[in-house]
Amino acid sequence: MAVTTLPAQRTLDVPAVLKECGLAAFVAFALAAPMVGLETLPLTGGLGINTRFGAVAYAAVLVFFGRLGFALLRAGYPVPVLIASLVFAAVLISLLLTGADQILPFKSLILNWFIALLAVVITVRAAWALHRPTAEMAARERENVMDRVGIAVLRGARWLGPLAIAVAIALPFLPFADRRFLDLAILVMTYVMLGWGLNIVVGLAGLLDLGYVAFYAVGAYSFALLALHFDLGFWVSLPLAGLMAAGAGVLLGFPVLRLRGDYLAIVTLGFGEMIRIILVNWYSFTNGPDGLSGIPRPSFFGFPFTRRPAEGTMSFHQLFDVDFASIQRIIFLYYVILVLALVTNMFTLRLRKLPLGRAWEALREDEVACRSLGINPTNTKLTAFGIGAMFAGIAGSFFATRQGFISPESFTFIESAIILSIVVLGGMGSQIGVVVAAILLIGMPEWFRELGQFRMLAFGAGMVLIMIWRPRGLLAHRDPTIRLNRDGDFEAPG
Amino acid sequence: MAYFLQQLINGITLGAIYGLIAIGYTMVYGIIGMINFAHGEIYMIGAFISVICFTALGLLGITWVPLALLIVLVIAMVFTAVYGWTVERIAYRPLRGSSRLAPLISAIGMSIFLQNDVQLLQGARIKPLQPVIEGGFILTEMDGFAVHLGYIQIFIVFLTVVLMALFSVFIARTDIGRAQRACEQDRTMAGLLGVNVDRTISLAFVMGAALAAVAGTMVVLYYGVVHFYIGFLAGIKAFTAAVLGGIGSLPGAMLGGLLIGLIEVFWSAYFTIEYKDVAAYSILVLVLIFRPTGLLGKPEVEKV
Repeated sequence: MAVTTLPAQRTLDVPAVLKECGLAAFVAFALAAPMVGLETLPLTGGLGINTRFGAVAYAAVLVFFGRLGFALLRAGYPVPVLIASLVFAAVLISLLLTGADQILPFKSLILNWFIALLAVVITVRAAWALHRPTAEMAARERENVMDRVGIAVLRGARWLGPLAIAVAIALPFLPFADRRFLDLAILVMTYVMLGWGLNIVVGLAGLLDLGYVAFYAVGAYSFALLALHFDLGFWVSLPLAGLMAAGAGVLLGFPVLRLRGDYLAIVTLGFGEMIRIILVNWYSFTNGPDGLSGIPRPSFFGFPFTRRPAEGTMSFHQLFDVDFASIQRIIFLYYVILVLALVTNMFTLRLRKLPLGRAWEALREDEVACRSLGINPTNTKLTAFGIGAMFAGIAGSFFATRQGFISPESFTFIESAIILSIVVLGGMGSQIGVVVAAILLIGMPEWFRELGQFRMLAFGAGMVLIMIWRPRGLLAHRDPTIRLNRDGDFEAPG
Repeated sequence: MAYFLQQLINGITLGAIYGLIAIGYTMVYGIIGMINFAHGEIYMIGAFISVICFTALGLLGITWVPLALLIVLVIAMVFTAVYGWTVERIAYRPLRGSSRLAPLISAIGMSIFLQNDVQLLQGARIKPLQPVIEGGFILTEMDGFAVHLGYIQIFIVFLTVVLMALFSVFIARTDIGRAQRACEQDRTMAGLLGVNVDRTISLAFVMGAALAAVAGTMVVLYYGVVHFYIGFLAGIKAFTAAVLGGIGSLPGAMLGGLLIGLIEVFWSAYFTIEYKDVAAYSILVLVLIFRPTGLLGKPEVEKV
C-alpha cells in the first residue's frame, strides 16, 4: 500500500471563527467600556467624566483581529496572517518612531509599543507556521522541550550548582557590576533565600503558606529592636532574630496545622495581615507606621565600613589597607546574603535526606498513609513551618540591616504572594527553579523600572501567563527520592 | 442600650454587604473546591463601575433616584459579570485538572493585574460620590442618644433580602440552579449526565460577580467613596464570612456575612477600632480550629 502524506488540513469554519472572534471582541468591549471608556476625574465638589470611546473601539477591534489571526493560524492559513500582522506592526512601529503616535487612540507610549510587540509576535508565529505547518504539534513539542529542560537541569544539578555558585561568587568583580546591578543582585538573592525557605514549607511539606512575610517581618523587627535597644551587633542579632521568627512560626503554626490545603492558606494569610496590623498599631513598641530607622549597618566582623571610624577602632579599608569606597559595603552585603542563601540551600538539601525530610515529602503526598505509618503529622508539619520561618527571619534581619530602615509597608500580602509565586513558578521543590523564578520575577521587573506604572500590571499578567503555560512550574520535574535498584536494595539518586 | 441598638443597625448593614460578596466565594468553592482569589477585586470593580455610572447619569441629567439606582445596579451587575467570566476563562479554565496551587497563583496574578489595571485607568485617588440616598429617621431617643436609621440602610438590607430570596429560588428551582447543585456534588457524574460543566462553572463565577457588583454599589452608596485597594480586605472578610457560615452553603454565607459585620462593628464600638481587622482574622482562625465545617456546613468525609 502506498503511503500518502496528507497535506496540512485546511478547514475553515467561517461562521464558527467569526462567532469566536465576535465573542472575544464583545468581551473586550464590555471589559473596556466602563473602565476605559469613562474616566472619572476629580473636580471640585464631585467627579467629572472624560470619555475615551475611541480607545474602547480600538481595543475591541484589536482583540477581534488578534483572535482572528490566531484562529486562522490554527486552521492553517498563515499567509494572510503574516501579511496583515507584518503590515500592522510596520505601520505602528513607524508611527511610534516618527513620533506621530498621537493619532492613535491609546495615548500611552508603553501600551502602543506593547501592541506593536504583540503584532511582531503574531508575525513570527505566522512565519513559523509557514515553516512548520502543524501548530498543534509545536505546542506539544514545546511542552516536551521544557520537560526535558527540567529533567536535564535536575540531572545536571551536580555541575550546574557549583557553576552557578562560581558565577555568583565572581559576580561583584565582573566589569558590568556597578552599584545598581549589585543592589539588584542583593535583592534577587534575598528573594532566592526567601524562596528556598518557603520551599521547605510549600515544596517539601506541601503546606500552602500565604503569610510567609509575617516571619520575614518578625525577623526584621526582632533584629532592629535588638540592635536598637540592646546594642547587639549584626552577627549576634542574626541568629537571635532567626530563633524568634522560628518561635513565631511554631506558635502560629501549632493551632492551625491540622487544617488542610486552602484553609491553611487563608489562615496563614490572616496571620500575615494580623502581624502587619499589630506592627502598624503597637506604636510604643514598633513605632507604628513611621517605622524604625537608624538600624546599624553590618560590620566586617567588627570592622565598620566607614571612611572615618570612631576613635580607637579600625575600619574595613584601614584593615586591608585599601582606599575607601562605598561599594565595598555593597559587595560585603552581597556576600553575606549569598552565604546565607547557600546555607539555607545546603540545610534543605541535607534535611531532605534525613528521616524528617522524608516524612515531609511523604506527608505532602499522602497524609492518611503517613498517619497510619506512625508519623505524627502535626509535629512533622510544625518542624517544617518552624524551620521555614527561621530562614525567613534571618532573611528579614538581613533586609533590616541592608535598608537601615523598616516599616510595616515592606511586609504586605503582596510580598507573600511574590515569594509564593517564586516557589510555584520555579517548580515546587526545585531549588534551581527558585533561582530562575527569582531572577525572572524580581530581576526583570526591577530592570524594567522604566515601565513605571505598568510594572505591577505586567507582573500580574506575567504570573497568570507563566502559570497557564507551565502549570507545574518552569523547572518541574520530580525524581523519586528513593528507588529500588536491581539487587533489590534502596538507593538514593543524586 | 441606644448605642447598642445603633451598632446593631450598622452591623446588620455591613453584614449584608459582606454576605453578598461571600456568596461568590461559597459558590465557586462549592463547585471547583478552590478559593477565587480575584473575587475581592471583582467587588472593587463593581464599586468602581457604579461610581462611574452614577457620575455619568448625573451628567446626563437622570437624577430621579429610583431610576438611577435601577440603571446603575443593572449596568454594574452586567459589566462586572463579564469581569467574573473573564477571570474564570483566563485564570481558571486553562488550569483545570492541574495541581491546586496553579489556579491559586494565576488568580493571585489576576488580582494584582486587576488592581493595577483599575489604578492605571481610573487613577490612584479616592473617588468620592455625592450621597444618593439621604436622610432617615430617628428610631428612638434614649439617654440623650438618638438611634438613627438611614434610608440607605433600609435600602441595603431590603435589597439584600430580596436578592437572597430570588437567588435561593433560582438555585432551587431552575435548570441552571440544578446544574450548579449537581456539579457541586459530583462534577464528573454531572458531566456524564449531560450537564455542561464548563458553562456551569462559568455561571458560578458570573453570578458571584453580579452579586459582588451589587455589594460594590451598596458600599459606594453607604460610604460614598471608592478606592482601587478596597477589594483585598473586603475579599478576606467575605471569605471569612463564607468559611464561618460553612463554605459551600448559601444561607451559611449570608449568616456568616451578618456575623462578621456585627462582630466588626461591635468590636470597633466597644474595643479598639485599630484592631477590628485582627478581630475578623481571629474569628476565622478560631472557627477553622474548632469547627472547620462552619456553622451550617456539612462535615467533610475523608476517603482513602
